[in-house]
Amino acid sequence: MIQKELCKIISQTEIATNIYELTVSAQLTREIVAPGQFVHLRVASGGDPLLRRPISICSYDRNKLQFTMIYRKEGHGTSLLTKMVAGMEIDILGPLGNGFPIEEVSSGETALLVGGGIGVPPLYELSNQLAANGVHVIHVLGFQTRAASFYEDKFLENGETYVATVDGTYGSKGFVTDIIKDIQFDCLYTCGPTSMLQAIAKQYPDEKVFLSLEERMGCGIGACFACVCKQTDDPTGVSYKKVCSDGPVFRAGEVLI
Amino acid sequence: MSRLNIELPGLTLKNPIMPASGCFGFGKEYSQFYDLSTLGAIMIKATTVEPRFGNPTPRVAETNAGMLNAIGLQNPGLQKVMGEELPWLAQYDVPIIANVAGSVEEDYITVAKEISQAPNVHALELNISCPNVKTGGIAFGTIPEVARQLTKKVKAISAVPVYVKLSPNVTNIVEMAKAVEEGGADGLTMINTLIGMRLDIKTGKPILANRTGGLSGPAIKPVAIRMIYEVSQAVNIPIIGMGGIQTAADVLEFFYAGASAVAVGTANFVDPFVCPTIIEELPNMLETLGFEHISECQGRSWKKHEQFAYHRA
Repeated sequence: MIQKELCKIISQTEIATNIYELTVSAQLTREIVAPGQFVHLRVASGGDPLLRRPISICSYDRNKLQFTMIYRKEGHGTSLLTKMVAGMEIDILGPLGNGFPIEEVSSGETALLVGGGIGVPPLYELSNQLAANGVHVIHVLGFQTRAASFYEDKFLENGETYVATVDGTYGSKGFVTDIIKDIQFDCLYTCGPTSMLQAIAKQYPDEKVFLSLEERMGCGIGACFACVCKQTDDPTGVSYKKVCSDGPVFRAGEVLI
Repeated sequence: MSRLNIELPGLTLKNPIMPASGCFGFGKEYSQFYDLSTLGAIMIKATTVEPRFGNPTPRVAETNAGMLNAIGLQNPGLQKVMGEELPWLAQYDVPIIANVAGSVEEDYITVAKEISQAPNVHALELNISCPNVKTGGIAFGTIPEVARQLTKKVKAISAVPVYVKLSPNVTNIVEMAKAVEEGGADGLTMINTLIGMRLDIKTGKPILANRTGGLSGPAIKPVAIRMIYEVSQAVNIPIIGMGGIQTAADVLEFFYAGASAVAVGTANFVDPFVCPTIIEELPNMLETLGFEHISECQGRSWKKHEQFAYHRA
């Protein structure tokens, strides 16, 4: 059930260049059911910016009733968000959307988690839960540059982790799609730039692949029809899915990306 | 005693607050937050004869104190709205105002004729002002004579009162309002969005795939207030006001301008509870300001004091 709650900030830290880790204390943590769900943050009580910011949940702790988000300082809204400090309250709507299906891979099988940039965070909770289920987890994380990379050490605790940077300042130079070519897996989960998702979906037309999509959103709850995408199997031309409430995670091939 | 009940053509409203069309879907998403029977009415998403996918994405772009949208009247089509959406809404004790859209005159007539027969549809909102579709929509909303003719034809076949939604993207809004009043409109709803545009700072290209979109949110409130102020003095039919309402104080401002009820649009996206919150806060605000009933606020910006005395007597 979606809640709207004023949540107290526990901590906020810049963990890489323009990348912030924000942890809040929230009753709505009880409602989170899967990794890959997101929340909608209201960063200003006035009208600028007016709309909420969709931010994915990076990890959550039901016992402590806390969850952590990682976001990139990008525009006006996220810049305001970086100014918030521990003890302040923030208006959060969530949890929203449907996360990654962890039951698609069983104990002893291999899951490949591929993240690009600010698409990496939701894969962390997924990695934790898969590892706890006895799944062999392999991570491939792509960043623009070394200074923008984060969480490699945390992912390493759950399994093999490969990093690629576009400029070659860390890990292998290039894209995640180059690294994953040689890796065998039973199920692939990915989140990142649309071009990366398209390349991965194309590379594995017959494998079990789950993609988390990003789209400009209005309401985040399925009412405004801003974030729709077309269904692949659509003889009528009018079938659609909403990224916010039907997604953001879809099986590759389900919708056009 | 309620301070908020309002009677309008076809509509007995327990309060004058309703979500605006296009900002509330067909109600399902918001029903998880509160009892929809709390609302004065619901303006459902525009319905066309056939299902529509709408425009490509990106469909929204933010602006200072507002947002641009170019959804493009995405909706499941008349049959599905009649067969699924309206029957689902019938579980709530709330009158529905059905927003009717189309590309050509026949489309409007087909939708209006059928949807006005639905038991919970108490009024129609004739959408002659959507800025985001290439044909129809706004063409009907910018030429007074065309608007008058369409209103007349829809009025002739509708089983319920017809409200016409006016576009602010005209030179003379009073002329448009008078034209649809002549055409037999039972009321007006105003304003629809203002056409706007945003460009991406990196690429220099429009952010919206549709290039232009409709501006909504608090940024357009002063425009709405001005237009309602002008129109309400020039016509004898009631106005449901909309355009950037976020608070109970905003609602009173719309009433002062000349509205008899209001719709809340974009604010639902920011705060899903905005409508019930306003409904809860309004009586206290009226009490504080010394009004016994919200209708006393209507047209206060231009009515003479004698008129108030007359109304109270």
